[in-house]
Amino acid sequence: MSTGSVEVVYRGIFQKTLAKNICRGVVFAAKKEGKIGTAFGRYSDSPERNGIPAKQFAVVSDTHDELQEHLARYEPDNNDVTIACDDTLCKGIESWAWYGLQPINKLLKKGGTLLVTSFQSPNKLINFIHRKGEPYNLALIRAQASFSGLWVYKDDHTDARLLGALAKVAPHIVGIDAICEVIEEQWKDDLKVISARKSFDATKSQPVSAEQGNEEVPFSFEKPGWKTMEEGLVIRGISAEKQVVAGRDGGYVPTRNATFKKYSTRTMRPVINFDTCTKCTLCWLNCPDTCFDITPDGLYDANMDACCGCGVCEAVCPVADCVTMVNEEAFDDNASQWEMWVKDKKGYETWMTEKISDQPARTHGFHHVGQYAEEATNESA
Amino acid sequence: MNPPKTATAETMVTGGTEELISGSEAIAHACRLADVDVITAYPIRPYDTVMQYVSQMISNGDFDCEFIVAESEHSQFEIVKHASAVGARVFVGSSGVGWFYAFEALAVTAGLRIPMVAMVGNRALDDPGAFGVEHNDALAVRDLGWMLVWVETAQEALDTALIAYRVAEDKRIFLPIAISCDGAFLTHSQAIVNVPDQATVDSFLPRYDRGDKLLHPDNPITIAPQANEDWVMEIRRQSDAAMRRTRDVITEAYEDFGDKFGREQEPFIERYMMEDAEIALVGMGTLALPVKVAVRKMRAQGQKVGFVRVRWFRPFPTEELQDVLSGVAAVGVIDRDYSFGSTFHSGVLANELRSALYPVENRPKIISFIAGLGGREVNTDNVIVIAGMVADAAAGGDMNDQDTYWIGVRE
Repeated sequence: MSTGSVEVVYRGIFQKTLAKNICRGVVFAAKKEGKIGTAFGRYSDSPERNGIPAKQFAVVSDTHDELQEHLARYEPDNNDVTIACDDTLCKGIESWAWYGLQPINKLLKKGGTLLVTSFQSPNKLINFIHRKGEPYNLALIRAQASFSGLWVYKDDHTDARLLGALAKVAPHIVGIDAICEVIEEQWKDDLKVISARKSFDATKSQPVSAEQGNEEVPFSFEKPGWKTMEEGLVIRGISAEKQVVAGRDGGYVPTRNATFKKYSTRTMRPVINFDTCTKCTLCWLNCPDTCFDITPDGLYDANMDACCGCGVCEAVCPVADCVTMVNEEAFDDNASQWEMWVKDKKGYETWMTEKISDQPARTHGFHHVGQYAEEATNESA
Repeated sequence: MNPPKTATAETMVTGGTEELISGSEAIAHACRLADVDVITAYPIRPYDTVMQYVSQMISNGDFDCEFIVAESEHSQFEIVKHASAVGARVFVGSSGVGWFYAFEALAVTAGLRIPMVAMVGNRALDDPGAFGVEHNDALAVRDLGWMLVWVETAQEALDTALIAYRVAEDKRIFLPIAISCDGAFLTHSQAIVNVPDQATVDSFLPRYDRGDKLLHPDNPITIAPQANEDWVMEIRRQSDAAMRRTRDVITEAYEDFGDKFGREQEPFIERYMMEDAEIALVGMGTLALPVKVAVRKMRAQGQKVGFVRVRWFRPFPTEELQDVLSGVAAVGVIDRDYSFGSTFHSGVLANELRSALYPVENRPKIISFIAGLGGREVNTDNVIVIAGMVADAAAGGDMNDQDTYWIGVRE
């Protein structure tokens, strides 16, 4: 008599099919073992927005009565396993209908396993992940985040490999034999079965103590009650006055929405070379999230609380090496780059050179015909 | 009444396949199995998922029908109304304010006695633009001649859609039916569903035959003329008579469905652990899921509590509700809807039930609860709190049965 649940956290649109394949795979495999299950998405995440953290769930029970307790739920808690399909999600997640930053391990039960696709070291990820206050386990599979689009699926076996790893870390939910049978049936592809088995064999988890992890208190705010909320669905405008920033005289920092940060959408961030900037204003004008602060010396500093990582600034910048999109994993905080540059220009140059060397394939969907083939060639090389 | 049999491998009389599908996909399968001729669509969440599955079936070559994407919900419902008049079996649907945009077409469909089957993916009305479930969208047509039914699971959605065609298109009836499926909890949740085979469906569901009411050059008739005060009351009385006849037709359809498909269920309501219940909870749709779990938990602690799920809201199951609730001490009605300014500011179901139980001797106290609006989760703990308040009313406590209690709202 038991129930097990798997939470799959993924990047909206880019990993939608990946998440669906995992959850359906779990339910089908559980059925092979005589159990009953359900698969569903967190409803408020849909219609999905590109890259915005979204969730799907698979819940598996021994009996119908047990399963019933977990139906008609918005977001199951106490999950046995949380799968982060992209390791930058370890920094915390804010869906477009969630107001506040949710730690990636928040809905994971004590002693459960966080399973992440990543090429980073476990210790590096633990530094990103918020402190849980309860022990849990971390397991990694070495895999690309497998971003694709709404109408295309990049079938690089990440789904099969995650299912294989899941059978290793949570055999009480589904066993590897059932997983392999389902993969064979659903995809009719022996290579995918082999991928799942290899992943099962290779997956190891390591304990994470209650006190390990990012100490930062995740951003949150109190929702008003019906007696305190303004009537008539009125939202007061944000003041047009500029924000006062300690130590800055001049420039312009707009006041931003204090309750919706959006930055957990980001898997890449712009790094700015302030020495080559011509102050042409194009990044500032074209940024869809108004994320550029104007500095007192007339430069443009991307504010990392507001940046979604879309890459428009890099695309419109007319200077060859002024704006470079860099893997979000390379950063530990959201501090101002301009302030770092002002303080120590030499040091900033060293820092910037190191950061822009880290540009893995983390494209947002597919932009041109033939891109899939190019990426596949690069990855196999 | 015996508890309904659950569909298991043993009770399955028919073949068919087991699929992992959502409530919306189950409805799409029902359209395919009913061999619907004309489907119109206009996107709105959560109904749009039905469109996706239907168009997928058509493009895969599994289903052949006219699939028309209209330019608005009003046209969407008008097109199928006309298609039905010329003899096409039709399917249509919408959600929330999309359903309301079609409101004129909804009214004339019932007035013209068009046997349309619609799916309402229940959604909160704008504003605010929320996607989650509320029942006010479908309930808005409750006085117009639409039959209204709520389902709990994807299996029930598929089964009810097949039953709906049989009932709506019965010549004794010729009225439209709206099948309500709770947004998210049913439309977007995948469960293992038995999808019956075509032969069994064909043995249950006859072809749509309008007889001499077919709009066709070989059968020259006019439908929908202008008529004024000297005609209207008689027309309304005909619709009323048709609605009164639905009880027998629905009962027959469920009996035959049970025989053919091996899934028997009481047509109008579901009685859950009501045999010796001293207090009862009443609700519709997927609300039944947490309520059943809560009822089992409370039963395990010796509390005599039961649950009645209202399937059909139109025709309203007055006799069944009088029968099952007349003996209990107090009833808690959980509405996933609101009726601002109504009697005791209660939900629609609560006041309808008060009316149904008024003539009954030993009528129970009826306490009205509003919960789960806009898709907010109603969990087992909420239900246990509600049942505690109903038990307090039964014991003569200070619960006010002339007021309404909001559960899970932030003060």
